[in-house]
Amino acid sequence: MTQTTELRQSTEHRLLRGWFETGGPADLTEHLRRYGPAPLPSERGARQARAALLQTVEQAGLTGRGGAAFPTGRKLRAVAEGRGRPVVVVNGMESEPASRKDEALLDLAPHLVLDGAALAAAAVDATVVHLCLPRGSARATQVDRLTRAVAERWRAGLDRIPVEVHRLPHHYVSSEETSLVQWLNGGPARPLATPPRPFEKGVDRRPTLVDNVETLAHLALIARYGPSWFRSTGTADAPGTTLLTVSGAVHAPGVHELPLGTPLGAVLAAAGGTSRPLGAVLVGGFFGSWLSAEQAPAVPFARPELAALGAGPGAGVLVALPADSCGLAETARVLGFLAAQSARQCGPCRFGLPAVAADFHQLAWGRPDAELPARLPHRVELLAGRGACRHPDGASRLAATALAVFAADVRRHLETGPCPGAALPPVLPVPGGPAADEVGWR
Amino acid sequence: MNRHHRLAIDRIACDGRGLCAELLPELIDLDEWGYPVIHGQAVPADLLGHARRAVAACPVLALRLERAAGDRPPPAA
Ligand code: SF4
Ligand code: SF4
Repeated sequence: MTQTTELRQSTEHRLLRGWFETGGPADLTEHLRRYGPAPLPSERGARQARAALLQTVEQAGLTGRGGAAFPTGRKLRAVAEGRGRPVVVVNGMESEPASRKDEALLDLAPHLVLDGAALAAAAVDATVVHLCLPRGSARATQVDRLTRAVAERWRAGLDRIPVEVHRLPHHYVSSEETSLVQWLNGGPARPLATPPRPFEKGVDRRPTLVDNVETLAHLALIARYGPSWFRSTGTADAPGTTLLTVSGAVHAPGVHELPLGTPLGAVLAAAGGTSRPLGAVLVGGFFGSWLSAEQAPAVPFARPELAALGAGPGAGVLVALPADSCGLAETARVLGFLAAQSARQCGPCRFGLPAVAADFHQLAWGRPDAELPARLPHRVELLAGRGACRHPDGASRLAATALAVFAADVRRHLETGPCPGAALPPVLPVPGGPAADEVGWR
Repeated sequence: MNRHHRLAIDRIACDGRGLCAELLPELIDLDEWGYPVIHGQAVPADLLGHARRAVAACPVLALRLERAAGDRPPPAA
């Protein structure tokens, strides 16, 4: 977490407003003083009140902040109109190693997230809210704190719909929405084949709304201040602010809240500016895309503009790679991690992804065999669109953009072997530890 | 409405022995490990019969023929 004076003056803080006012996490008393209770739809004339809330979210143009950037209002409506009483699942897993924004938000403004969950549950007329958080020591105190916060709200009569807190195994693919659904149904936290999609048939075979914690916190503010307020920052196609985790060669790495559409150069400036000359920028996270240091600064951080470059906002991750680091080595490490983290259920994850990771490893640190230059791009291409979930697609995108952006390095590695940068310490935070299969999925 | 047929595979169920590609080489290739790669989105009318046979032959019922039309459902979050 970082704060700088320039930031305080130059941008509007919404989700991080409390933090900028007090410099600490907001407990329930402070939250209620700042925002008052969540404006839950009245229980009298409930149907109309729910419809009005749904419409407010649709008009605001809020999109999911967990990775897919899908319109939240449309998802709410699909769930509300499904067969049976809905279930709401709050996704606080944040399995992206380069992302810290959900953890930060749950620390600093937990009651905005819980308000958003209560509002979404009311809007779709759900009977229960499942709050999914990672198991393990790294965030254990946060999970305990949230469990107490949930109980405190219930005692205070702030929530009408019960919230259950769950601790799930923390693997990269365990935050996929079908993984959460399968786990809540008593199975492994591994992706399921779709259809049916969770919004049709999810937890207990009921229509299930799965939303990221940041998305719900925005929803809590939209319900209070309305769609025009929400749209007063960001772009017409991508309104509102977003949380970004910026790391790498910047002076003030950490979580920053900025309007959607902020050019990546301005994002880096908000993170204190670059600390060394850059070679490239990774946008979106481990499933993200490399952009060259020349191209990146002008590119707006918003789904439509990123999509035009074949990139995406992902979970709001930006990593500034210094020029002396080796992008191929960075990518090779991430691909190795993604291969170990797959659920090994589908062909591309069982064979294609480990093969691509091995090729990258060879390219970065070894002596590439003669077939590699022809074989690797083909293998990378064949990863996409061929798994039950988007895991191989994400890996494919990362690998393909690495081959394009670091094309000169590829040539150099092929001709003369590893560059000095390949031996430098990693910039991307690739977790060590055993493969997901060894830890278990339940 | 513009209805068409489309091949879909349950990638978790598929065991990659490649029977489907043998029966429908026009639309299905195999990767180097024997897992299917589908070419093109729509199944042309003159291949529908072959496609149905390939679907029926899949030993683990992983291959499906879907009717695609109109609206797409919301994708995963
Ligand atoms: S694509 Fe990979 S991660 Fe996704 S379900 Fe299949 S094996 Fe699991
Ligand atoms: S026949 Fe069925 S199991 Fe075999 S490769 Fe084709 S889809 Fe997969």
